[in-house]
Amino acid sequence: MISEQAKQRMRDLAARYPVARSAIMPALYIAQQEEGYITQVALQAVAEAIGLTVDDVESVATFYTMYYQHPPGKKVIKVCTSISCYLRGCDALVSHFEKRLGIKPGETSADGNYTFMTTECLASCGTAPVMQVNDEFVENITLKIVDALVDEWNDELGKVSDTNAPDSLKSDGQGRNIKDVEPKTEIRL
Amino acid sequence: MPELIVTKDIDAPGLDTLDGYRQHGGYEALTRAIKEYQPDELVELVKKSGLRGRGGAGFPTGMKWSFLAKNDKTRYLCCNADESEPGTFKDRMIMEKSPHQLVEGAIIASYACNVSTAFLYVRGELALAGRQVERAIEEAYAAGYIGKNILGSDFSLDVILHRGAGAYICGEESALMESLEGRRGYPRLKPPFPAVIGLYGGPTVINNCETLATLPAVIRNGAEWYASFGTEKSTGTRIFCLSGHVKKPGNYELPLGTPIRTLIYDEQYGGGILDDKQLKAIIPGGSSTFILGADKVDTPLDFESIAAAGSMLGSGGVVVMHEDTCIVDAVLRMSEFYRDESCGKCTPCREGTYWLTEILHRIEHGDGKESDIDLLMDICDNISGKSFCPLGDAATSSITSSIKLFREEYLYHVREGRCMVSGGAALVAS
Repeated sequence: MISEQAKQRMRDLAARYPVARSAIMPALYIAQQEEGYITQVALQAVAEAIGLTVDDVESVATFYTMYYQHPPGKKVIKVCTSISCYLRGCDALVSHFEKRLGIKPGETSADGNYTFMTTECLASCGTAPVMQVNDEFVENITLKIVDALVDEWNDELGKVSDTNAPDSLKSDGQGRNIKDVEPKTEIRL
Repeated sequence: MPELIVTKDIDAPGLDTLDGYRQHGGYEALTRAIKEYQPDELVELVKKSGLRGRGGAGFPTGMKWSFLAKNDKTRYLCCNADESEPGTFKDRMIMEKSPHQLVEGAIIASYACNVSTAFLYVRGELALAGRQVERAIEEAYAAGYIGKNILGSDFSLDVILHRGAGAYICGEESALMESLEGRRGYPRLKPPFPAVIGLYGGPTVINNCETLATLPAVIRNGAEWYASFGTEKSTGTRIFCLSGHVKKPGNYELPLGTPIRTLIYDEQYGGGILDDKQLKAIIPGGSSTFILGADKVDTPLDFESIAAAGSMLGSGGVVVMHEDTCIVDAVLRMSEFYRDESCGKCTPCREGTYWLTEILHRIEHGDGKESDIDLLMDICDNISGKSFCPLGDAATSSITSSIKLFREEYLYHVREGRCMVSGGAALVAS
């Protein structure tokens, strides 16, 4: 369902640009916010607000990776794997995420909690390795930070047990749970 | 520490607000530009300052402005803040910490170019940067810096923030305009250049975020002052984004002409190579530029010297690799980027970047043949200069330069089926 308010915002955008079709991209963002991803309803609403065909709008929506073609998980995790993060060990983080979440890059967990992706350079090479969680940066990531975050999310999303995680990953070896360990770097979420 | 220009107050608390920005001289330059200069005089001033584009190509900014077609069509300004070149993270910092500086620069450029609608195209992934710039635009409207009759003059301007949605290609200026017009980001054939037929068919100036953010300081302090920094042909300072195997990665603003060695080893900047290992290779201007060997570490970071050393200053993204880096694997990683980001419009780039990646993959994983190395060079030759935009060319830079510099390493992979070094990816952030 696209609210009337959202449709009005789309029409306002179409009027704001010198040419209405320029509003496709911001209107798609509005539709995605309402629907969770780019549904047929979303395409229809954008097409109607701007005065284009649904196919035309879809041709734009499918070009850009930030318009989701499938429902994303509650936490969308994007780990950068470009050159600077590569040089700083991002591949180890990717494998660690795979183990902890039980999904491969590009997949969404069966419970709908997580979508895990690798992504191209996120313009944060000075604090590599980096990732984004629901579009917000987490910088200077370490395996410990990954563990602490996954534990935190599992609690938040109400996941009872982390069946995919070997016991060795759940503890720092000193009898403390990883999530009690203060991460060294600032985590902005 | 040398005098800073663009990042002078970047860590000042509250700089991201209108009041905070004004406390550090914000919008003084705009006031002077509008009250003391005719638009043409500003174009001359920027020409005299020697300021060159900070996006990648390094084209003189004032000259770019003067190329705008003189006709009765509506002119547009686009700020390219679609920062996505691997190794580059300066524009994001400017937008997050000092968004008004970009907005002020965009208004000054619009005034100089007789533009009445300006677009700030901010990369979609940079959510915080987008929010910061959006708020700065709103504050500038409320303060009368944007809108009708700015500061009591005849100059009126509308500024629109446009968020990208995940496509590296939209950093290419003609693809950026396509995207702004609500289409897939496919590059246009040039000529005509944007200065003649650009956005919505009007003469269009497209400037990088850092370029625009430099303008207020140039206006405040004068062209001669700005040109007194840097070298004769590469004036001023620029933000170098230092990343990879250095102790202190980060953004460092330095006068153009500063040797690479200073940036990497000086305690004020990079602080040396991680674990005090040996330097192996340097990418001087983002992953689209040719790799330089360690012997080039004394090259001054200015457009001419880096070109003479066999590469380009590009976006200012300096990526450092130490002795443990497997060059084939690192190049494969960069090749994957271009394969994924090729828009698919031109066959040489779409198919070429795919095959480059496939071949690098089999060499890296011990399935390569000796002839693959020449095959890579041949494919690079068949991509370069044969597509609408430079993305395909960019994909070949690291490959051709690494084969020239490290051919032995490629041969070792082919003959022994493994790497001769321990591999950069072994570095684990535990």
